[in-house]
This record gives sequence, C-alpha cells and structure tokens, in this order.
Amino acid sequence: MADLLNALAVAGKSALGFQAIFFALLAIGINVQFGYAGLLNFGQIAFAMLGGFGIAISVSKWGLPFWVGVLVGILAAVVLALLLGLPTLRLRADYLAIATIATAEGLRLLFRSVSATPVTNGTRGLSAFNGDFIALAPWNTSRRYSILGTSWSGGELWVALVGWILVILGSLLVFALMRSPWGRVLKSIREDEDAVRSLGKNVYVYKMQALVLGGVFGALGGMVYAVGTGSAIPDQYQNANTFLAYAALILGGAARVLGPVIGAMLLLFILQFADTGLRLLISNGVIPEDLLSSTDVAQIRFVLVGVGLMLLLIFRPQGIFGDRREVMLDAR
Amino acid sequence: MPADPTPHGATASGAGTSGGSPQGYRPGQEGGWASGDTPQRLAQIALRDLPWEIGVAKPDPAVVVDGVTRTFGGLTAVSVDHLEIQRGGITGLIGPNGAGKTTLFNLLTGFDQPDTGTWSFNGKSLGKLSPHQVARMGVVRTFQLTKALSRLTVLQNMLLGAQDQKGESFFRALVPGTWRAQEKANTEKAMDLLQRFKLDTKKDDFAGTLSGGQRKLLEMARALMSDPQVVMLDEPMAGVNPALTQSLLGHVKDLREQGMTVIFVEHDMDVVRDISDWVVVMSAGKIIAEGPPESISQNQAVVDAYLGAHHDAPLSAEEEDQVLAEAEETIARQERSGGDVLSSDRPKNPKGTDR
Repeated sequence: MADLLNALAVAGKSALGFQAIFFALLAIGINVQFGYAGLLNFGQIAFAMLGGFGIAISVSKWGLPFWVGVLVGILAAVVLALLLGLPTLRLRADYLAIATIATAEGLRLLFRSVSATPVTNGTRGLSAFNGDFIALAPWNTSRRYSILGTSWSGGELWVALVGWILVILGSLLVFALMRSPWGRVLKSIREDEDAVRSLGKNVYVYKMQALVLGGVFGALGGMVYAVGTGSAIPDQYQNANTFLAYAALILGGAARVLGPVIGAMLLLFILQFADTGLRLLISNGVIPEDLLSSTDVAQIRFVLVGVGLMLLLIFRPQGIFGDRREVMLDAR
Repeated sequence: MPADPTPHGATASGAGTSGGSPQGYRPGQEGGWASGDTPQRLAQIALRDLPWEIGVAKPDPAVVVDGVTRTFGGLTAVSVDHLEIQRGGITGLIGPNGAGKTTLFNLLTGFDQPDTGTWSFNGKSLGKLSPHQVARMGVVRTFQLTKALSRLTVLQNMLLGAQDQKGESFFRALVPGTWRAQEKANTEKAMDLLQRFKLDTKKDDFAGTLSGGQRKLLEMARALMSDPQVVMLDEPMAGVNPALTQSLLGHVKDLREQGMTVIFVEHDMDVVRDISDWVVVMSAGKIIAEGPPESISQNQAVVDAYLGAHHDAPLSAEEEDQVLAEAEETIARQERSGGDVLSSDRPKNPKGTDR
C-alpha cells in the first residue's frame, strides 16, 4: 500500500513537473494549429528546439542576458514558421505536414552535426545558461523541499511555478482568441477553406498567424524544457516528442482550451505511474523476471499508453473535454 | 410574381418592335430606372427589346466578360467571347454537364485564373484578384457542393459572412471592447436573415446536423450577410425537395427585389423559366445562345446541345443504304452459323417458361 502511494506521488510529481509543462505548451501550440485551424504541423519539436537553443546559445556562447535569449528563441520560432508557411500554406494540408516533419529532423541533425559544433557544441550540447533565471527564485534553490511525499529541488519548483504560469497565460490567450471573431475565422478554415475565401477572408494570412502563434508556444515549451534540465542537447529534441504532444492533445480533447493542458498532465502521469508501478511489481516478484525485466519497462510503458489511446479513440473519440456530437459530425 | 403577364416570346421575335414602355429603362437618368417601379419588372423590361444574340450589349451591365478562355490540358473548358450580365436582374446560366458553367463561376470569383481574357465588375477589372478580394468587392458565390461549416453552429456560420469585422484582426481580437458592439449588430442582422430563411430555431445547432436543403438555405443566407451586389448561386436547387425549392425560389426573387444582381446555374428548366429575366446557354465551354427564357426552348442550337445535333434528322439515301446493307450482312452471318447462335439461346427458354 505504501508502495502504491509512493508510485502515485512520483507520478503526480511528474504530472506537475517541467516535462508536463513542456508537453502542455507544445500541445497548446498544436491545438491552435491543428485543433482550431486544421494545420498539420508534424514538426512542433523544431520550434521547441529553436526556443531551447535560442536561450542556450545566446547565454553561453554569445554572453547575452537570459531574457534576450528568450527573445532570440521566440524570434527564431517566428522566422521558422514564416519560412515553413510561405511556400506551403497555399497548398493542400499535407504539404505543410511533410515540410514540418522534414524540418524537425533536419534541424536536429544540423544542430548535432560537427560543422555546427562551434555554436551548439554538437552532440554534447550546451549547459549552464539558466543561472540568471534560477537566481530569480524567491526561495533558496540549493535545498530540497518535500511536498506531498515527493522531493523537489528549489530550482525545479521555480521552473514549475513559472512554467505553469506560462501555461495558464497561454490558455487564457487561446481562450480569448477563440471566442473572438478571429477564432471563428480560424475554425471555419478548418472546416472549409474555400467557403471562407468566398466570404472575403484572406485565408492565407489567418493560417500564417495560426502557424506562427503555435510555433511560439512550441518555442516556449522548449525553453521550459531547456531551463528545467539545465542543458540543451540536440538529441533531446527527437520528433517523437511532437507525436507525444499530439497524443496529449487528443487525450485531452482537440479544439478545447484545457484539452492540451489536462492531456499533457495525464500523459505524464500515466507514463510515470506505469513505469514506477511495473518496476515495483517486478521487484516484488508479482511479475516474473523472465516475463518482463525492469529494463523493458521503459518501452512497455509506451505500449501501455498506445493501448490506452486506442481504447480512448474507440470509446471516447472526443477526448476528455471534447463534445462527442461535434466529433461524430465528421463520421457521416 | 411577374408584373407583366404577357409572354414575351410572342413579341420578342421581332426584337425592337415593341418600342419600349414608358416605365422602361432610361439610360439618361440616374440609375436608369423610373421611380416607383419594382426592380424585377424593370430588369425584364430593360431586357425585353434586346436582340437574342450571343454577346449582346445590355443596357446596364454589372458584370462584363471579354475573351475569357480556360484550358485544362487539351480541353477548352471555357471560351467566352463576350458576355454582359444585366444589373438587378436574374440571369440563368444553363447547359449540359461539362459545359463549363462552374468553371466560368470559378473564373469570375477568383477561384481559378483564366489563360486569357478580362472581366470586370462595375467597370473594375476582376483579373488577378484572389477569391477574398473578389468577395470584398461585393461579388459573393455559393457552391455546387454545399459548403456548410459543419462544426460551427448555424449562427456562427452566419456571423462569418459579415464583412469588415474589427474582431477578425489578431490583435484587436484580444480587446473585446473593439468588436463587441459590431458583433451584436451582426448577430441581430444574422437573426433577421435566419428568420427569413426559417432557420432561426436552429441557430445553436451545428451546421453539420442540418439537412441538405437547409444547408443550401444557410449557405445563401450566409452569403447575404456580406451585403453583396452580385450573388452567384451554383445549382441552388440541386438535391432540394420540391417544397423547399419553392421557398428557395422565393428567396432568389427577393434578392432581385432588393436590387441585387443574381447569376445562377440550374438544370431544372421549370425553375429557370420561372425566375430568370435572361438566360445564357453554354455548351462545350462556349455560349451558344442568349435570350429571355421563352426564347431558349425554341432555339435550335440549344436543342442540339442538349439532345445531340442529329437526334431527329432524317437519314440520307446513302446512310439508309448503308444501314440496310449492314443489317442484311448480320442476318446472313447468323444464318450461316445459325445453329450455334440459336442453340446458345435455347437452354434459357425452357427455364423461362417453367416459371
């Protein structure tokens, strides 16, 4: 029983930690692009990498202040969104999907390449760039704090607090935008571009705005991740994270303001709970060692998440917050 | 609805002989119309004395098309030398499938770009404009396959149609104070329109739950939210039940009463005859006839386009001989191999009689 409580506490910490914030911000961005505007961005992690490395390179290579690094990261994401959007947004939706997935992989390989080593430190990545930010914490960051049976370092707590404030502000922004006429145009574009064009709206501009806004959310997510881990390593930004963010979004419910946030928390909770729980069951001998060893757990938990998502799509395709009638309209 | 019940077909064969009515079109005056007349009647009267010629100049054209061609590979989808659409009238665009009617619509509204040609609205060129720019000029269209925005409510669909919305800019959207009043006015206007189209009880339903006919109504009402000057309806009656057709017809006539110019594509000739002031017939990308609705059924080119040029032409003596020779040859061949042909038929016959 104590073990179970412990597993729950560890999973709960994971659902509130910087990784959950990372996925939540990525998923909020994808929600704007895919959930509301119908744009398929399969390379959200590229925006996150630009955000993370925007700070890392600015601070540790160029010696700029932390907050300038934040600006650099956001600007880089805006530029990437414009570069991706300019040629593809006039075309069918799949072109953006292909361009983004290729960019995400290409950028990561570029950042880890030998020729980029003077700037990005190649595969070893950059570190020691978050000192200015951690120093802003109103409490002592060198000691650990115990909250509900979990142990947090002062720095972790500070990143989580600022991260969740970012998530809340982001959600409020999305909420305000989506109840405005701007959001109505965006949702209409998702339904039928030509109808929106025939009513005098410049669809291209709206799609570009959605792509940029979503990309900036992705960059913010990448910054939280980089500051949370204290390092920026290109291989941390594998494109699998984009699809985990999609999973979080669908789990929570697309085109819902809180869908990506709750989805990301749940995803991290399930992943961590499955991990701790399975390891516990193996060490207690409930699961025989030759059936499943503790080294397999890291993979098995993703299988469990996959099965869970399948069940969700069968029994609750609208996600947690979605409206079933709305989702079923497409299934005619 | 037609104020003048006299069938124009009777007089129009001698185009120009009726001499113009005192209430008719007066080019010299402002707007060209005598006060107190209903627009419907005026459009008809203005067009009455025109010759039934392809490319004939209209007294007050809203849309002028000149030398527009559009080819898809080797196929010439549209090749229109000259076409004028009378302002304030209902112009029907008919033609067999594949005649290029929808392609012409796409060209006129910026959804497609022509290979050559110019076209203008109120004297302003529409060439090289994108669809939303055309729409902002006041030329709004509907689609053959209805484009209701399924996962938006009926009211949201309507509100999307309103033009110059302040809240549709990204930054002003964040300050509700800048657009709330306008939104309220638009909502009132939308509810008025929905009431006219008998959709007001559905305002909070998803548009995707509406029936096909209701979607047609919604699409038309949505188009009207933009206060258009020209409304282009692509098969507004397709797939709509007869009761609803009557109501849709009434709405189209209403548009004319409000002074809008209506261009519509339709296959149902009864509908075309009922509401149009002028009919343009297309076939294989070309305009093959123009005239008031009464003139169209008498037009040989139109009959040929729909039924084929030789559908009732008598055979010439040589053709007759050739057909006869072919038939004789077939009979002779069957007689030679007669047993086979018949035996293959035989087993079927007893079965048939058994039942």
